[in-house]
Amino acid sequence: MSAEATAINMAARASIWLKPHRIVLILIALALVLCAAFFMRWDWLPQYWEMGLMGIWRALWILAVTCALGFALAVPLGLAQAGGPIWFSAPAKVFCTVIRGTPLLLQLWLLYYGLGSIFPQYPWIRESWLWPYLRQAWPYAVVALTFSFAGYEGEVMRGAFAGVPRGQLEAARAFGMSRWKIFRRIWLPQAFYRALPTLTGETVLQLKSTPLVATISVIDIFAVSSKVRQDTYLTYEPLLLLALIYMTITGILVFVFSRIEARIPVKIG
Amino acid sequence: MKRRTTLDSNPGAKLIDAFLPASAAGIFELLSPVAPGWGATLLVGLLHSLEIAIGATCLGLLIGTAGAFGKLYGGPVTRDLLAVYTTVVRAVPELVLILLLYYAGTDLINQVLAAMGYSRVDISGLAAGIFVLGFVQGAYSTEVIRGAILAIPQGQIEAARAYGMPPGLMLRRITIPAMLPFAIPGLANLWLIATKDTALLAVVGFFELTLATRQAAGVTKAYLIFYLAAGVLYLAVTLFSNLVIGRVEAWSRRGMPSVKEAR
Repeated sequence: MSAEATAINMAARASIWLKPHRIVLILIALALVLCAAFFMRWDWLPQYWEMGLMGIWRALWILAVTCALGFALAVPLGLAQAGGPIWFSAPAKVFCTVIRGTPLLLQLWLLYYGLGSIFPQYPWIRESWLWPYLRQAWPYAVVALTFSFAGYEGEVMRGAFAGVPRGQLEAARAFGMSRWKIFRRIWLPQAFYRALPTLTGETVLQLKSTPLVATISVIDIFAVSSKVRQDTYLTYEPLLLLALIYMTITGILVFVFSRIEARIPVKIG
Repeated sequence: MKRRTTLDSNPGAKLIDAFLPASAAGIFELLSPVAPGWGATLLVGLLHSLEIAIGATCLGLLIGTAGAFGKLYGGPVTRDLLAVYTTVVRAVPELVLILLLYYAGTDLINQVLAAMGYSRVDISGLAAGIFVLGFVQGAYSTEVIRGAILAIPQGQIEAARAYGMPPGLMLRRITIPAMLPFAIPGLANLWLIATKDTALLAVVGFFELTLATRQAAGVTKAYLIFYLAAGVLYLAVTLFSNLVIGRVEAWSRRGMPSVKEAR
């Protein structure tokens, strides 16, 4: 029975792709890919693929770290705006407005060139244990991308926290839970479930922001493709491959998040 | 990257130095719009940014409206091609798309011109920027407008058809006014994204606010002041846009019950 059902399911899924016009379109796409493979120059690949893998790894690493840190920062930002007193909510709102109102490229350059030009003037900073990190570019990239993610996601979390029904929190209080326990067991999980669909979009947006770090000399996959372009004088090949890599990563991200979302009960509140 | 490595003795003076390289008067001198100051450079950059953002949003709206109608009412091939367009554009970073379209677009136009027997032309950065960002915005606004059209109660469109309205008239009188309240929040978001995406054109060397800031900061070495000034300008654009958008949204929702009363 179940085998039959899966067979029918598979057939239905296959028939989506096997309509006549789709077959023609897929064949055209394949022909284009084959043309690109045969008529464009790809002889630089063996020389650069190791560097490219390093670049992909670095981009993914920056993505994971900034999303995690940014979300950790977004929770207090959203909480302060949703139910905090004015001296917490006002600074949080200003932070979110400023981050969302200015381009990320500008924030990145402000941190790297602006703050980066101030730090060396202080002897105590130059002598502290932080200095070896502050001399490199990646801490600035991580901080800028973290703030950016926190700014956008803080606004989402504000709505998510405010959207949890009051009855849930009142019931938790009636059970005698402490404030921290209410937050940990009731408020945060329900808000997180509400924010999860937008979290997919935010993560994809964050992935698409990572190439900006190449402008402050962090060697991610975008910087590798720029290097290939400079070395080989090829315009399209590295860029097309780069677009393909980003599309693949986006596809994987969306797939993983849809699996996570499917595990969470739909009916809430 | 250049960094100042001069070491003075007084740390307090250095902090002031960092924010105000000369003195309190120095900041106004640096930002003043007349010759020794760089204020005029920043304002010209802001003007170019706004020109591109407005042009790109208008082009994006045109592409988005056509794309939404194609996705909803077009044939199977049109729908599939539009699905590929919106998926690919939304999955690839804007920076990569800008580089690809910038080189490919100018190259293509020159090759077409060469094939038609004309000489090569230099495509202005403004036109190229508007085209590139408009192409990206088009993919996003296609989805926004498609969702807004789907949110119109079906009866309204059926009623318009029953009155015998031709498609053009129905679009003008029914579909667009009825979809606006649903589309404006998403489109407003896109406008704000467009104003900030103009900064990416700095990477291909188009002279807009971020590149102007970088040049001014590079020459004067007052990095923090100029980047903060540019941030204030971008923020002012965003806040002013929010005011206007609030008005427009209220106007487009006229006659509809307010969201607060509905609860």
